[in-house]
Amino acid sequence: MSDKGKTNVSQGMSRRAMLAGGAALTGTLFMPKGLKAADYPTSAVNTTGLAVTDDTVTCGILHSITGTMAISETGSVQAEKLAIEQINAQGGILGRKIEYVQEDGASDWPTFAEKAKKLLVNDKVASVMGCWTSASRKAVLPVFEQYNGFLYYPTFYEGLEESPNVIYTGQEATQQIIAGLDWVNKEKGAKTFYLLGSDYIWPRTSNKIARKHIENFMDGCKVVGEEYYPLGHTQFNSVINKIRLKKPDVIYAIVVGGSNVAFYKQLTAAGIDPAAEKPLVLTISVTEDEIRGIGGENIAGSYACMKYFQSLQNENNLEFVKAFKEMWGEDIVIGDVTQAAYLGPWLWKAAVEKAGSFDVDKVRAAQVGIELPSAPEGYVKVHENHHLWSKTRVGKAQADGQYEVVFETADLVEPDPFPEGYQ
Amino acid sequence: MFADYSTAELGAIFAMQGFAGLILFSVFVLMALGLAIIFGQMGVINMAHGEFMILGAYVTYIVSNIFSAYMPGLFGAYFFVAMFLAFIASGALGLLVEWAMIRHLYKRPLDTLLATWGLSLILQQIYRSVFGAREVGVSIPDWMMGSLPLTDLIEIPINGIFVMVLAVSISLAVYIMMFRSTWGRQVRAINQNRVMAGAVGINTEWTDRLTFGIGCGVAGVAGSAFTMIGSTGPTAGQLYIVDTFLVVVFGGAASLLGTIASAFSISQAQSIMEFFLSGSMAKVITLLVVVGILMIRPQGLFALKLRK
Amino acid sequence: MTLSNYMNRKELLGFVILAVVIFLVLPLALDTFRLNLFGKYLTYAFVAIGLALCWGAGGILSLGQGIFFGLGGYCMAMFLKLEASTPENTSIQSTPGIPDFMDWNQLTELPVWWQPFYSLGFTMLAVVMVPVVFAFIIGFAMFTRRVGGVYFAIITQAFAAILTILIIGQQGYTGGVNGITDLRTLMGWDIRTDEAKNILYFVNGVLLFAVLFVAQFVRKSKLGRLLIAMRDQEDRVRFSGYNVANFKIFIFCLGAAFAGIGGAMFTLQVGFMSPTLVGIVPSIEMVIFCAVGGRLSILGAVYGALLVNLAKTTFSEGFPELWLLGLGGLFIAVVMAFPNGLAGLWSEKVEPWIEKTLKKTKVAEAPGPNKAPAE
Repeated sequence: MSDKGKTNVSQGMSRRAMLAGGAALTGTLFMPKGLKAADYPTSAVNTTGLAVTDDTVTCGILHSITGTMAISETGSVQAEKLAIEQINAQGGILGRKIEYVQEDGASDWPTFAEKAKKLLVNDKVASVMGCWTSASRKAVLPVFEQYNGFLYYPTFYEGLEESPNVIYTGQEATQQIIAGLDWVNKEKGAKTFYLLGSDYIWPRTSNKIARKHIENFMDGCKVVGEEYYPLGHTQFNSVINKIRLKKPDVIYAIVVGGSNVAFYKQLTAAGIDPAAEKPLVLTISVTEDEIRGIGGENIAGSYACMKYFQSLQNENNLEFVKAFKEMWGEDIVIGDVTQAAYLGPWLWKAAVEKAGSFDVDKVRAAQVGIELPSAPEGYVKVHENHHLWSKTRVGKAQADGQYEVVFETADLVEPDPFPEGYQ
Repeated sequence: MFADYSTAELGAIFAMQGFAGLILFSVFVLMALGLAIIFGQMGVINMAHGEFMILGAYVTYIVSNIFSAYMPGLFGAYFFVAMFLAFIASGALGLLVEWAMIRHLYKRPLDTLLATWGLSLILQQIYRSVFGAREVGVSIPDWMMGSLPLTDLIEIPINGIFVMVLAVSISLAVYIMMFRSTWGRQVRAINQNRVMAGAVGINTEWTDRLTFGIGCGVAGVAGSAFTMIGSTGPTAGQLYIVDTFLVVVFGGAASLLGTIASAFSISQAQSIMEFFLSGSMAKVITLLVVVGILMIRPQGLFALKLRK
Repeated sequence: MTLSNYMNRKELLGFVILAVVIFLVLPLALDTFRLNLFGKYLTYAFVAIGLALCWGAGGILSLGQGIFFGLGGYCMAMFLKLEASTPENTSIQSTPGIPDFMDWNQLTELPVWWQPFYSLGFTMLAVVMVPVVFAFIIGFAMFTRRVGGVYFAIITQAFAAILTILIIGQQGYTGGVNGITDLRTLMGWDIRTDEAKNILYFVNGVLLFAVLFVAQFVRKSKLGRLLIAMRDQEDRVRFSGYNVANFKIFIFCLGAAFAGIGGAMFTLQVGFMSPTLVGIVPSIEMVIFCAVGGRLSILGAVYGALLVNLAKTTFSEGFPELWLLGLGGLFIAVVMAFPNGLAGLWSEKVEPWIEKTLKKTKVAEAPGPNKAPAE
């Protein structure tokens, strides 16, 4: 993988200033203080009629806080609110405090579209942090493109998309999958894989990429089974029996939501202990958030392939975890998507200050190449294709619900939403 | 697909697959029994059935926390306490709901559906406000996890056995109550002819309330048991509602025996097909077969002949 | 049937008021965004009118109206998706010219049953006929075996659940859980612009009135009176020599056709179709629109759809974390306290009051025994 991302020094905002901000973490997370609203008259920074006043700017938060998806999306809402509060504590963006309008997508895609339109047309928000499922993103995408809104989308997802109106702060599929598969092959000698998923676009596309990689790029490896179960399915005994019969080296599981809980509980109950690594369980869909529902003792010993784990031991992350717990309570856990959601407001702030304007077109132009050396995951940079350069890590689940990081890629992995050879 | 395996392996797999079908059957029975009582005997469509189940699950969660904090020595036994309390809690809520809402709607059975739908929205929101939007993890005592190795190849999940035993005992209890107790006779009398039942001195009001309460209580126990195999969150109840109604409808609404027969046939069909086909297809084909049979026999497997 | 049989003066007044509200008050009072939202609400009104006929007049409660709404919507969405998936627009795909989700699912050619949806004429026919055929199959199987009441409701609900699972599971052909998204033009006319949304709102309104007139006709016809007789005493109607099942099948199919039109209008105005509109939840909500409006009244159904959706939007904008409490409470309150919904409120409370006030003023104006009769 290339490390192009690191050698490109960002324009506009000096790299030194950012690094200084990163080093002196307490209080000032990323940015030097001192941008005053007076230096940036509203008429100059807002030429398209967005909700920007002399001392405030409004953004939208659009997640499901009711319905089945609220389980997953709550963490993202919390992270975004934390980032906004921290930015405001540092003086806001271009000297303006961020205010937010929160809307409930209610786990219903038409509602997402309706609320997105409301945020853009009625509230004139300057950007939106939001969506979680691909379906909700697909539903709001035409709205954002029509009204030229700007969306920061936090979830790892299947790729195959590159909208000028979206910044994808999560990983696209190849960033999450390939390094993990190579790792189990090299380190654990895994040769045979059983692919399992919930039945919708993300697991299917991810497994397609996994299968291509296993069959075309990993010597002597093969897929011995591939299966999908409906969303919300809670009975996995049959597939567990099939897995016993096939005796794969790795169960590659992309099960989501309530099914996740059922799958791991039933796996353990059926005598397949992930800790024994016979077979080894590798997943890309279980973050610390999901483990809370599954129960650490049921999943301990499984491996997950993510870009972020709460247990990362770098200063940025220690600071982030501390702030998150201060705001949302001691027993809260932070998963991969939550961290990606936290990046949204910071990336927006960096782009706006680089552009010196809230106008969506200028922010978009400024966004590419933005670096966040102080991201909790370490360091990220915005690629031309609106995804982030980021590292891929493998974590081993512990009984206390945390992951122990056992591997990370040496370099940042380039985002490739339309991977050649994997279609 | 079986060429690569020895006969011993195949035998073991089929044994375990049969067992998987039985577990699924028990799960269906537990889900559907409460609804079969309420819907079958009273004609009330309880759309909040899933939420009553989840109440049981949350009670289990609270009890497990209390035990691990104050009585860690007795943690292994907490599940029985939790199931009992889940029955009491869901049953009590059921009594309250019957008193406040359902009893005014007996003359309008379709309206119970709308009112209980409203109730389910409210309950979901209450769970979310009280327990948070995220799923909660219920820790299960160690002895209930893991499996019993019968031979080298056959392993029987203990929680599966537990669910089966529970399903059988609750079915038996319901059977005895329904067909061997005074209350059961009264319920059936009211079901057949409410006015006449009242005329011969049955306290129809109280019998109704108790029936509804017991149906909800059974749902609570089911929810409590499902913490072993599924997730506990504010909206988890919705995961069960479709399967539950299908099982009851397919069985023939007014017949408890029909519910059990239908749970058995759907679960066996599904688990056999899941083994030979992929998961989603198995579900779809099962559902289509169910629909096909319902088209030919809309009254379900077992229909009681009733005078309306 | 003469005109006065078709509609008495009170009903005419109701139609006129609704027309004023939909064609004058709302467009003048609301900006494009809100008007478009009301347009979306009105598409649900189609379903609610059908339900008022089936449930209020016929006593058939269907919990599967989402099926028909969805089928109509999907038919329209398939047409629009094909139009949007020109080879030029989809040139980055491995197979250009087919809808994007098919390409993602490794389909390399358009399935045969998608082919007819290149034609607008076929699509418009399908929007009505596909739901009707479905309704006929379900209705025929159920009603000829005298399945009704609660049991019918639950079976239709099961159908709604099954169809959702089918749509989600067959994502290569249906778009799966995402639905069919990113619809752009109708015969070259961009449906995403504000002007298009305004025009669609009025088209929607006109169609709604067409449906209302048909519904009114059915209610006032012999068929309508038979339906009410069947609802109240099914056996007596049967013993009078009528084939009860046929009437039920007809009215159920009519409701399905209305729902299909509503679904197609929904797709046009919202710009996509998704399985979340097919399942159990939306189907129940549609019944609730009808119940809130007053299940006997077709006009009430329209107001019910508007009111519940407006409440939903307002509650959730105002209290995003707690709005379900308000909505759930509203449903319970309507069922418990106003079993006849808005229409009941109107005819029990408002109308007598209007008449009383009218009488009072008349008495005040023209006292004396020589007063001409009021009507």
